[in-house]
Amino acid sequence: MSTGPMDCNELVELVTAYLDGSLDLDTRARFDTHLLECDGCENYLQQFRETVRTVGKIRDDELDPAFRNRLLDAFKNFR
Amino acid sequence: MTETVDETTLVAALRDGDEAVFGQLVDQHTPSMLRVARGYVPSREIAEEVVQETWIALLKGIHKFEGRSSLRTWLFSVMINIAKARGIRERRDADAAMLAFTGGTVDPARFRTGDDPWPGHWREGEEPSPFPDTPEGSVLGNELVEVARSELGKLPERQRTVVTLRDMLGFDSADVCELLDITMANQRVLLHRGRAAVRHVLEDYLKDSS
Repeated sequence: MSTGPMDCNELVELVTAYLDGSLDLDTRARFDTHLLECDGCENYLQQFRETVRTVGKIRDDELDPAFRNRLLDAFKNFR
Repeated sequence: MTETVDETTLVAALRDGDEAVFGQLVDQHTPSMLRVARGYVPSREIAEEVVQETWIALLKGIHKFEGRSSLRTWLFSVMINIAKARGIRERRDADAAMLAFTGGTVDPARFRTGDDPWPGHWREGEEPSPFPDTPEGSVLGNELVEVARSELGKLPERQRTVVTLRDMLGFDSADVCELLDITMANQRVLLHRGRAAVRHVLEDYLKDSS
């Protein structure tokens, strides 16, 4: 594990660990320090957050009514 | 996604054979169960059988349901076990290869090389730009959700399952590790690769549309 300043290509691989709060504190400090000086990486982090938010907005398809009826029939038969 | 209905009430109603409550739970959970089940079995039909078996298992076990986990976590955990047992697909070598592969999730050509005074930093013109704010329901926002949905469907199975459970359905990381029987580190790699792939297509889409 490196202890010097973090490079951009290292930072981009640590974003999920950073967002999960699972980086060790030294690495987290290198990450935060790098962000202070690098607009590209700050933007990359913003893109990643937006990506997670966007995936969170995906809705499932409507349930197929025929399959729904099968499940309700199974319920009736079960009783 | 948080549970807004008191589950004790729902479970009690199910025990009493309340069909309306069963229908409501089916509507709430079945689409996402199908989505996840599909990652284990070779066809939509078998995924439906797995989901149906899961609901029957709930009905059979409802008298013993103690509410130690949420109903949703219980359903997914039972469903994944049934799906695994039905999953006759060979283990996907591609997924194992993805995990072993330690290459980056961002095109290496975007970074400066060793002969540059700043190796490993963004090349000029390759720095990411912020994604625009997309208010709820905006046209661009809806388009981005569709782009993300399509890419999610193309991810390798294990990545897709982890990203779906974590980011789409809102399970926390401990739940996901337990549901899928994977380590925290393994989960993080799958989640990161999956998210990075979605980020990449969103970035391309925004570049093309600007």
